[in-house]
Parts: sequence; C-alpha cells; structure tokens
Amino acid sequence: MLKNTPTGYGLVTIMIHWLSAIAVIGLFSVGYWMVDLTYYSSWYQTAPHFHKSVGLLLLGLTLLRFVWRTISHAPSPLSNHQPWEKRAAKWAHTALYTLMLLIMCSGIMISTADGRDIWIFDWFAVPFPDAFIDDQADTAGVIHQYLAYSLMGLVVLHAAGAIKHHVIDKDNTLKRMLLPSRISK
Amino acid sequence: MKKHLIAALMGATFMLPVAVNAADYVIDTQGAHASIQFSVSHLGYSFVVGRFNEFSGDFSFDAAKVADGKVNVKINTNSVDSNHAERDKHLRSADFLNTSKFPEASFTSTSIVDKGNNQFVINGDFTLNGVTKPLTIDAVAIGEGKDPWGGYRAGFTGTTSFAMKDFGVKMDLGPASANVELALVVEGVKQ
Repeated sequence: MLKNTPTGYGLVTIMIHWLSAIAVIGLFSVGYWMVDLTYYSSWYQTAPHFHKSVGLLLLGLTLLRFVWRTISHAPSPLSNHQPWEKRAAKWAHTALYTLMLLIMCSGIMISTADGRDIWIFDWFAVPFPDAFIDDQADTAGVIHQYLAYSLMGLVVLHAAGAIKHHVIDKDNTLKRMLLPSRISK
Repeated sequence: MKKHLIAALMGATFMLPVAVNAADYVIDTQGAHASIQFSVSHLGYSFVVGRFNEFSGDFSFDAAKVADGKVNVKINTNSVDSNHAERDKHLRSADFLNTSKFPEASFTSTSIVDKGNNQFVINGDFTLNGVTKPLTIDAVAIGEGKDPWGGYRAGFTGTTSFAMKDFGVKMDLGPASANVELALVVEGVKQ
C-alpha cells in the first residue's frame, strides 16, 4: 500500500507526486503574478515570502522523493505502451526532475546573492552560501524565469500524455497514479 | 607625411596647457576617497540608503576662479548597491534603472556659481535611465592641499535631489518616496 509494486504506485509516491504537482503549478502562478505587484499591494512582501517558503519545502520534498525512489522503485511502464512512448516518458520524467532542481537552485541563488538566509514561513531560516558568480541575482533570475516557462511546457506535455493514455488508449497509466497499488509485494 | 606629423605635434604642444586645465583633478575612485550615495524615503517612515560602487570622473577647480571649474562624472548603474541582493536586482531592472539598456549615468557641469564661504552651485546635465535633464548640485569645498605621498588633493561634498519620475523610472513607490537624494563625496588628485 505504501510502497510501489512492480505494477503500480504506492501511497507515498502518489502523495509526493500530487503534492509536487500542486506546488509546481502554484509556485509558477504565484511567481508569474507577484513580479508585477505594485509596491502598495498587501501581497508585495507576503507573496515572495510564501513563494520562497513553498519552493524550499518542495526542494526538501523532491530530495526525499529521490531517496524514496531508491527504496521503492518505480513500477515498469504498462506493456501496451509503445517503445517510443516509454522513451519519451522516461526523457520527460528526467527533464521534469532536472528542471525542477535547476529552477529551485536558481531561485535560491537570487535571494542569497548577498549571503542572506531564506526564511521558511516564519518557522526558521535556512542558511546558504554567498554568491558563486558575478551578477548572480540577475543571471539566476533570468535562468529561473525561462526554465520555469520550459517546465510549464513539459508539465503540459506530461499531462497530455497521461490524458492520452486515459482517454485514447484507455489504459491504467493515469489511474495507477491516482489509486495506490493493492498488490502487497 | 613628415610635415603633417610635425604640424600635429606642434598643434598638440600648443594645446597641451589647455588640455591639462580642462581636467586637472581625477576623482580618487582608485583609492575610494569618493562616494556617490543615494537615499530614498521608505513609506515616509525611514530611508533606504545605498551607493553606486563604480564611477569615475574628473574636475578642474581653482579656489580663486570657481566659476571656471568643470566636473564630469560617469556612473556604472549596474553597481547600484543597497545591501540587499533582491532589491538591487529590482533596482537594476526595467522598473527602475534599466541598467542592461542604460548602463551609464553621467553628470556634466555647464556652469558653476560661487556663493562664497567655500560654497558653490554646480549646474549641469544629468543623464539617468537614458533621460538627460538639468540638475543642480549644492557643493561645498572641504579642503585642499598636499597629501603625505607626494600628491595634491582637493575635496568636496555635494547634494542634490530629483524626482524618479522625471528620469522615466516606472516603479511608483508612493508620494513619500518620489524623490532621490544624492550625496556625493569627491576627492580629486591633481594630475
């Protein structure tokens, strides 16, 4: 139930997947909106604060996700999937993870270019090293922005793939990411 | 060819005294005995103070003939530093200084008026964010004389202020924060 099986996802992977999905889409939306807030908007301080807090929590969750993947291996692709579909899905998943990590790292590099900590809500401050490169805040900012657009493109592709399998192929691809595998082995 | 060269050299020789007069002091940015500091009100409750870390300039100054003086300053707007990486990134963006498009701000004096008592007014053209407008700096001559290392120095302070809107700054920080106060400390080494 908790762990993945050879044929399906367990509850932990499913929870992490959907939490990450909500966080990624929420972070993108808030990020896109907050950069144009006026100075006197009541969100001017809070939106970036929440964006950074949730972003760092997502980084933690993603690192846990990688650990969990080594403990509980992902199930094999469904047998009806074409070889090109398997290849494309694998490529897309790797790219999703890579982009997420790069976006989170570049985001951190904007806020910590002067050696400041990042606060996770008002719970605690996470320390980070000082700038690594010249003009770090600006360079990281541009990378953060365009990789986020790229990630959204991939998210659309990823979701389109899942819907295609569900609606056209009528297979279990989407369902097994919604319901934990019951085979307890 | 040779004739031309001699003529050019002679011309250059005659022009030399004039050239020296035009900029006989170089602002000591090398030794950082000069600073350009800005201050903007924060909501009307306090101030955000920052600097431009990179600038250069020269001036000519003769205490007996203040009106003949000249000042030129160039500022690298990318060097804006308010001691907060996120804010500095915002200040460099198109909302404020637009530094990727306009990496240089400059001030060139057009006339200097002696007010006596070591005080004078520098009128000039200030270019910021691609906009050039007249700007007046209130200046005070602090002192001049030999330094301990064989040179000769003269130092001044200057203050001025301008509305950000006048220089095409898009971001609206509210009525209390419309103006920027600039405070300059300028020490020049005689060439």
